[in-house]
Amino acid sequence: MNILSLFNYWAVIGLMMIGYYCVIVRGNMVKKIIGLGIFQTSVFILFISAGKVLGGSTPILRDGVEIYSNPLPHVLILTAIVVGVATTAVGLALAVRVQEAFGSIDDDALDRHATEDEA
Amino acid sequence: MNITEFMPFAVLLPLIAAPVVALLPGRLAPWIFAWLSAAGALLIAALTLIAVFDGEILRYAFGNWPAPIGIEYRVDAASGFVALLITAMATLMLGWGRASVNREVPERQGAFYALFLLAFAGLMGITLTGDIFNVFVFLEISSLATYALIAHGRDRRALLAAFRYLIMGTVGATFLLIGIGFLYIMTGTLNMMDLAERLPAVGESRVLQVGLAFIVVGMALKLALFPLHLWLPNAYTFAPSVVSAFIAATATKVALYVLLRFIFTVFAPEYSFTALPLAAAFTVLAIAAMFAGSWMALFQDNLKRLLAYSSVAQVGYMVLGVSLVTVMGLTASFLHLFNHGLMKGALFVAAGIIFHQTGSVKVADMRGLGRVMPWTFTGFALAGVSLIGIPPTAGFISKWALISAAIDADQTWMVALILISSLMALAYIAHIIEVAWMQPRPKGAPVVKEASAELLLPLWLLVAANFYFGIDTRLTLGGATAAAEALLGGGGL
Repeated sequence: MNILSLFNYWAVIGLMMIGYYCVIVRGNMVKKIIGLGIFQTSVFILFISAGKVLGGSTPILRDGVEIYSNPLPHVLILTAIVVGVATTAVGLALAVRVQEAFGSIDDDALDRHATEDEA
Repeated sequence: MNITEFMPFAVLLPLIAAPVVALLPGRLAPWIFAWLSAAGALLIAALTLIAVFDGEILRYAFGNWPAPIGIEYRVDAASGFVALLITAMATLMLGWGRASVNREVPERQGAFYALFLLAFAGLMGITLTGDIFNVFVFLEISSLATYALIAHGRDRRALLAAFRYLIMGTVGATFLLIGIGFLYIMTGTLNMMDLAERLPAVGESRVLQVGLAFIVVGMALKLALFPLHLWLPNAYTFAPSVVSAFIAATATKVALYVLLRFIFTVFAPEYSFTALPLAAAFTVLAIAAMFAGSWMALFQDNLKRLLAYSSVAQVGYMVLGVSLVTVMGLTASFLHLFNHGLMKGALFVAAGIIFHQTGSVKVADMRGLGRVMPWTFTGFALAGVSLIGIPPTAGFISKWALISAAIDADQTWMVALILISSLMALAYIAHIIEVAWMQPRPKGAPVVKEASAELLLPLWLLVAANFYFGIDTRLTLGGATAAAEALLGGGGL
């Protein structure tokens, strides 16, 4: 087992860190949501790539095929994708409402407004 | 009539009722329908707890697909106990919430109640299910509904609080998903019982260790364990009163339940506490939470934010019980989980009544209110007594259980810290009482009336429960002990 044979996990880790970095560092709400999306997608790839069986065929029952890939991770991730889409939708809806209420979706400006409200 | 057949309806009733409620017009119809579904779930949860009280386990296979192929609901004393708390709180809060919601969410109440039911159904699903992927899905159902509920707050900062909770909550849930993925990769199953059987065979594995770490950190985020509590104060402060009261009494408790389910049932405690230094980490973070939360609560000029920081401290007590890894310690955690739901529920309901009558939860605006609204503030003070832990209240019982557990585990030094932290609770509750009763009402302050009986009755029911469970501990102590034994299997480290 060398480093290349684990390339799917390297891809997952790379995407995960890009997304996570984006969530933490970006001040813009929409960019945070994009980062969150990349972060979640990396986990989807983790599941999907783990379901692949080497030499396995697509999991459709037919003659002459003995080894199938595992279809269960796909089903799980179908659910997780729906959850991710819903999260993005709620996040974007909140960003729209924040823009209407504060006139900005940037963290620094929002913090300033929130501190003003406090007084 | 077999209770196993009906048990899933504790989740399905609110889940099915939610879209119906969303479509109902007006204000009264959605509320009645929502309340009825919550009350139905409460009835089922009560019957379920009775059935599992003696250590029996109810299993329901969905679509008749037996586990581990299908998804099953698996209810033991631990889940039954938490389910009773959630359904009781949902029924009470909905019953109380109508007048409060009319003031704070005047429009489209059908959608509001539907979200409330979704959040409620999600929490119930997490509690009853025996499948770890199901836990993730229900966690997200309840979290997404909660984000939307918090955004319903009238203050525009509610939107920011909801968005920040969404970011941190989603990161937490995704961490849980990563952990679930690792468990699935190593074992090929998602059923909790099946996992518990197969995991020891995997043996020492870095993948499992990392998976456990992801799950613990993810759930610590949802649980608001210090220092991952940053989403909590603003979310509780700016949410509509009924939402604050409901999530303060239930949401963090369910996250704690999930954490316990993973470290005790899925991974055996022998594994979790040796693979990672969880006991030490929990002890340090719990004590830090107890003091940081109480300390921050001392300086808040907003009553709801004060209560929110107090919740951070109370989560500390619950996790401290877990860190002992004994049946007594876990019993104290479950006991405090239930009792804290009762007291924080009562305190947030009182804060909601104050907001309903005066339009403000600023401590400075409460000067002299004690004499104008004696019923509300007496209720608040009595619930506060329970929060501090003075006998004969439920709060005293759980503190007593925690202190006994600490002494039993030879951690006597913890007792002093618990007492100091309780004194800090005394200070911030006494400050509110001092402002409300001792200070005169400022001249020119708006005229305020005592709340109606409709609002006061649920508050006093909760206050009465705080005292009742301080005297008759058969249900709470018995339930908590059964829950702890269900998780630890009578043993410990």
